[in-house]
Amino acid sequence: MSALLEVTGVTKRYPGVVANDNISLTVNAGEVVALLGENGAGKSTLLKAVFGLVKPDSGEIKIGGTPIVFGDTAGVIARGVGMVHQHFQLVPVMTVTENIILGGEPKRGLFINKKAARDEILALSKRYGLEVDPDAVIEDLPVGMQQRVEILKALRKDVKLLILDEPTAVLTPQEIDELLEVIRNLAKSGVGIVLITHKLHEVMAVADRVVVLRGGKLVGATSPKETDEAGLAQMMVGRSVVLQVNRTEAKRGAVVLEVKGLQVLDDRKLLMVKGVDLSLHSGEILGVAGVEGNGQRELVEAICGMRNRESGEVLLKGVPTKNLNPHAVHEAGISHVPEDREKHGLISTYSIADNLILNQFDQAPFAKGWIRDLSAIAQNAVDTVAKFDIRTPSAFNTASSLSGGNKQKVVVARELSEDLPVLIAAQPTRGVDVGSIEFIHNQLIAARDKGAAVMLVSAELDEILSLSDRIAVMSGGKIVAVLDSEGADRNYIGRLMAGLKE
Amino acid sequence: MPLALAAMVGIMCERTGIVNIGIEGTLLLTSFVAFYAAIATKSILIGFCIAMATGVAMSLLLALMSVTWKMDQIIAGTILNILATGLTSFFYIQGNMLPNMFKQKPIPGLSNIPFFGDVLFKHGVLMYLGFVVILTLYFALFHTSWGLRSRAVGEHPSAADTAGVSVTKLRYINVAVAGAIGGLCGSYLVLELVGSWNRGFTAGKGFTALALMIFGRWNPLGALAAAMFFGLSQAGANQLMIDGTVNIPPQFVGILPYVMVLIVLAISAGKVRPPAAEGQPYEKGQG
Repeated sequence: MSALLEVTGVTKRYPGVVANDNISLTVNAGEVVALLGENGAGKSTLLKAVFGLVKPDSGEIKIGGTPIVFGDTAGVIARGVGMVHQHFQLVPVMTVTENIILGGEPKRGLFINKKAARDEILALSKRYGLEVDPDAVIEDLPVGMQQRVEILKALRKDVKLLILDEPTAVLTPQEIDELLEVIRNLAKSGVGIVLITHKLHEVMAVADRVVVLRGGKLVGATSPKETDEAGLAQMMVGRSVVLQVNRTEAKRGAVVLEVKGLQVLDDRKLLMVKGVDLSLHSGEILGVAGVEGNGQRELVEAICGMRNRESGEVLLKGVPTKNLNPHAVHEAGISHVPEDREKHGLISTYSIADNLILNQFDQAPFAKGWIRDLSAIAQNAVDTVAKFDIRTPSAFNTASSLSGGNKQKVVVARELSEDLPVLIAAQPTRGVDVGSIEFIHNQLIAARDKGAAVMLVSAELDEILSLSDRIAVMSGGKIVAVLDSEGADRNYIGRLMAGLKE
Repeated sequence: MPLALAAMVGIMCERTGIVNIGIEGTLLLTSFVAFYAAIATKSILIGFCIAMATGVAMSLLLALMSVTWKMDQIIAGTILNILATGLTSFFYIQGNMLPNMFKQKPIPGLSNIPFFGDVLFKHGVLMYLGFVVILTLYFALFHTSWGLRSRAVGEHPSAADTAGVSVTKLRYINVAVAGAIGGLCGSYLVLELVGSWNRGFTAGKGFTALALMIFGRWNPLGALAAAMFFGLSQAGANQLMIDGTVNIPPQFVGILPYVMVLIVLAISAGKVRPPAAEGQPYEKGQG
């Protein structure tokens, strides 16, 4: 029997980079293969090639023994390859049923047979134990549920090979455990699975084999039995990585930022932050843990002047900050690493140099009166690119040319450049590779040690646990608990995040 | 009623994510072609067919520019408008007559129903065809695979693509069909409703249709209702002018229907939601 997926010597060049350099790998039925690699290592390109979305310059991809044809995505799908994309490929305004049947609708005459479709979805969700409401509209569902829909969508087509692209990035610890269980069961039933993730402990937990890409090359194939997390990280980055952050005792100082009874509406004008009290001391990292969509985004935006407050106040060193605009908040002494770096963190068509001074473009040394000092900007850019190890051919390339991790480094570098008393970092390592995560974490710790009050908002519980001095758990728009990170119990916090009492 | 049909052109395009502001140009050129082709061949049927073909050709040009060349769709639509204005002005010759027109064919029985009989069942062939198009489009859009796929392409093209639906193909097909509907509408205007053609014949109907499409929330029946509302306010305005009960210049009264649409649009603007991927060229393999 031939392998489910056979990739032989695939090479793909883009102008200036070799995205895939002579890559070969196979996936057999019933096994879970983890595909690891930093951002920009070539994983996405490889997968797109498998789906016929990208045409390799050389090499061959076979599914079930027969080569695929470029552009024939439908053919690849028909041969039993399913993919759960990192960015969900769901139409937000359509129902669960409509999304799942898209592209293969059951018909009655000319029309779609809606009842048959609905029954089929119910049967499918029962068969795999993935409960969904077939009539719910996607945009009303929490992300964990949306992902279920994605998986069902793939399973409906009788997949033999299921590719999961960073499936756990947005899930709670409990949801992750459930998902890993689903993966194991699918493999048991004979489905071949390719799992792409940055989370090494997940790889250790479910993978049968591990394949590591670096800089477009396949640098290693191993299995969880032969190595450990540190070993995997080393293969990915090409040097040894310290996974455990070296954190010294915090020198906790006075309260710098105080949030009192804050209430904030979300975009739909619903009350999302329902009365939050928090105090942030200098020299500490306060981690705000919580499943996404529980008000963290609105909380951060309200503090940083990006969203109006309904009631309550935010005091900076005892002085109330009214509904200030983001610029005024920054002037007042709060720096902000926004959650969505593409939308709020960078102007992607501007150069890296300009992006590095977006918060100080009108101040000395980058401006003299109303004229920009281009040489100072250039000098700053060159220095920062070197200091923060931002991987780019030049500091004057546009920000859009950078990989996710390097974009994030630009944002972090800019926000830390002034040593402001407060740093609010929202999801600072989302979609960022292991090497950059290590770097960003160390920067946050360094800022703390210089006396900054750091608020770290993250959906990654591990990140919160390893960095924070204190942990505030947010659920349903409220802070449900504030714990000392010393001896904090992962499962207990997970339950709090899920909104369970005890 | 031609407005409702013209709005279908917009719906067909925009539901798959192509903004078509070239409807005006399509109507202008197809009505022009219908008129002269009918005169030249002495057959209004041939005129109608050639107008449909012209509509499809213009649409394919729009698809080529916006889907294949990934041009800005507002510019692509504007090109169609300018092209139509230019061509029709250049080739316009005064003083031609149509051999005949599509005649009113009241449907026996139904046309005797008070009010509705007059509104719906006393028309020529092209108008009936138009009604069929509107109803068919409604059912097709919401109850067939084609409709589901089209809407998915307009909302989230990469979701459709990864489900094995060809975004490019569907956009081409739908825009082409939209062109045919445009040809039908242009033919109706000249061959059934008016009977003659002059410069600037369509007088902004294509743009009004876009507004009605938004007002009708990209739903064929909604656009039909919007067109009826517009038609009623136009009739009301005419009545006011004829009665002479109000002492305001007729130009202002003539504006009334447009002002009403403007007001309704302004009020509902915050609530309507266009297809999410509207106006964006689709790059395979991105996102």
